Amino acid sequence: MTGTEQETSADEHQMTGAEMVLKALGENGVKHVFGYPGGAVLPIYDEIHQQDEIEHILVRHEQGAGHMAEGYARSTGKPGVCLATSGPGATNVVTALQDALMDSIPMVCLTGQVPTALIGSDAFQECDTVGITRPCTKHNWLVKDVSELSQVIHEAFHVATSGRPGPVVVDIPKDVQFATGTYVPLNKAPSRKSYRPAKTGNSDSIHQAIELIKNAKKPIIYSGGGVINSGPEASTLLRDLVKLTGSPITSTLMGLGAYPASGKHWLGMLGMHGTYEANMAMHDCDVMVCIGARFDDRITGRIDAFSPNSKKIHVDIDPSSINKNVRVDIPIIGDVTSVLEDMVRIWRADASDLKEERLADWNAQINQWRARNSLAFSDNDDVIMPQYAIKRLYELTKDKDTYITTEVGQHQMWAAQFYGFEEPNRWMTSGGLGTMGYGFPAAIGVQVAHPDALVIDIAGDASIQMCIQEMSCAVQHGLPVKIFILNNNYMGMVRQWQQLLHGNRLSNSYTESMPDFVKLAEAYGGVGIRCSKPSELDDAINEMISVDKPVIFDCNVATLANCFPMIPSGKAHNEMLLPDEATDEVVANAIDAAGAKLV
Amino acid sequence: MNAQQKPTGSAYFLSNIEQETVFRTLSVVVDNEPGVLARVIGLFSGRGYNIESLTVSETQNERHLSRITIVTSGTANVLEQIKTQLERIVPVHRVVDLDQKAKELGYEKPIERELALVKVKGEGNDRMEALRIADAFKAEVVDANRDHFIFEVTGRVSKVDQFIDIMRSLGAIEICRTGITAMNRGSDGIWGK
Repeated sequence: MTGTEQETSADEHQMTGAEMVLKALGENGVKHVFGYPGGAVLPIYDEIHQQDEIEHILVRHEQGAGHMAEGYARSTGKPGVCLATSGPGATNVVTALQDALMDSIPMVCLTGQVPTALIGSDAFQECDTVGITRPCTKHNWLVKDVSELSQVIHEAFHVATSGRPGPVVVDIPKDVQFATGTYVPLNKAPSRKSYRPAKTGNSDSIHQAIELIKNAKKPIIYSGGGVINSGPEASTLLRDLVKLTGSPITSTLMGLGAYPASGKHWLGMLGMHGTYEANMAMHDCDVMVCIGARFDDRITGRIDAFSPNSKKIHVDIDPSSINKNVRVDIPIIGDVTSVLEDMVRIWRADASDLKEERLADWNAQINQWRARNSLAFSDNDDVIMPQYAIKRLYELTKDKDTYITTEVGQHQMWAAQFYGFEEPNRWMTSGGLGTMGYGFPAAIGVQVAHPDALVIDIAGDASIQMCIQEMSCAVQHGLPVKIFILNNNYMGMVRQWQQLLHGNRLSNSYTESMPDFVKLAEAYGGVGIRCSKPSELDDAINEMISVDKPVIFDCNVATLANCFPMIPSGKAHNEMLLPDEATDEVVANAIDAAGAKLV
Repeated sequence: MNAQQKPTGSAYFLSNIEQETVFRTLSVVVDNEPGVLARVIGLFSGRGYNIESLTVSETQNERHLSRITIVTSGTANVLEQIKTQLERIVPVHRVVDLDQKAKELGYEKPIERELALVKVKGEGNDRMEALRIADAFKAEVVDANRDHFIFEVTGRVSKVDQFIDIMRSLGAIEICRTGITAMNRGSDGIWGK
């Protein structure tokens, strides 16, 4: 960082490091900070105590702070901010940082550090925070001089929110928080020459892409979390593009809501637990338009059999995503909004005479696949099927101002399959890292940003126990988050894989002593609801919605239901396991030796 | 080092797509700030890329820029990933594949040089022979007493290899090498014309 002219600054710019932190947060538009105090951040907490512009949400574990910041960010498009002390505070937040890195969530994490003179001495609560967080952040800083602090915080927000968004860490030793220096305002902060993320896509490539789509007989649009990250405008443009081109569209887990689930061209989610029509269309298409997604292994399945006959267009803001897993024909590096703007404009100018009827054969083929009804499940009058529970939850909440988060596992996939998302930023889930324990704190973050909304964490009985302590946080701050547990007494997805891969030997995937979730809710000062009969489910869900307090809804579902359709690992998109074919024997033999080695 | 068989980090490459592994020399211009080398090295170890040689030093003092020269190996896909992943690091200004650039300029290879210090202990005929060889290789004697020499030799890697090989047979007891530093021929700098 270069030195700046400080002569012009008046006394008002003289302040302590801790004051700078609060001032810089304020200048960067921060209204909420999720954090937990400790020795090395006490000066910052003292400043928090003496102001009321920024609200501090006291978490119960720093991992919770990280996920809350993620949920806050994903539901608002603004960066989430968390604050942790040195040592264990910083290490606790590492899971959330990696989670945010993999899902490209803008997040600024401030950590305290032992005083500079003690760094390297194995001081109490010391850890090498920048060393530990280097691979799980987009960038990080250790600020050893108070004169650099304000500029570093400004840069941290810039890096976290621009280009491909991601988490950043600013590590601030305690003596720097106490020291006095000159505050550099946001508009005076120098910018770094080496960091210049792409914005607009190459015009020639975009023209070529449109040409390909125009001539396609079997096009498909495959969109991802990048569309959500690019802002609501991107979703609007995506809808325009789908309408103009008439192309069917599927989306990754992270991209749900960018195109409405009720839309005419919607194929449902693709990938390992995606719909038959989405995966078959991906496999058979002749032109694939990937927008803000990254050909993750959950999406592609067996890569050498992935969409073998298609020309591929890939729109991504991150050049390293191009050709990483799948070779593409036309890479377009740029912000999704900008590239989609160009695509829509060029299509309107060049191809507005093209009618959707040209794709009649392709749509007929897709309708055949659709008729296969790959999300079918056999309903039951006596036990609640987990799919039924999500369907009812959707029906009873879809007309409200609802935000959904999830933990990780079967319930997450069922939520993605059966809850219809109509708008972006309404769906918060841990896609890349697959973090059990994400959903509840993320929901708290969402609720902080949208105090009057209905925020529901669709959870599993195992995942919810990974960050259950945040009930205390929700109750303290009056955040009426609803936890909807699909309780099957198993780590369902682990069990499903053991059935697929390990001869149904259910090693440690059964949770022997489950807490009484109703009592647990009450113990924390929330409300507990239990339901185990399909006939009582609607009333129970309506009761949950009407309660203005944190609720734990213990929905006892069929214990042995599994999540289908599924592309077994090592298989291609057209080798799906469909629910009506998934007998015990088929399940036991679905994955061959090569697939068994994969994750 | 951590040699990688797969074309990329994806676990889903069930069938090995046969691609030739090639060596490349990369020049990476970075802001000279704490931790920048750790970011670069961490990227290589974290993603399973190879480092055959690495040198680093500040080259533009007033702009606080350092230049890292990395010799790496991999398939074309891996090399493309290495370049784009390096460019993602915030303090990285520029990554130039010197081999590729040399070909564009019409040369076979960039200029690559290495320096080695070789301590040779011996007496009698071996000692005389060591001096003669050093002379032939234009190696300089930078330290000596009655039973040892320290030679400084610079040049292409193959020359340094050869020199060290001969000196081993003449009593080399300690060897250190800088690794490769490299740039391209012609009047263009790394920033272009």
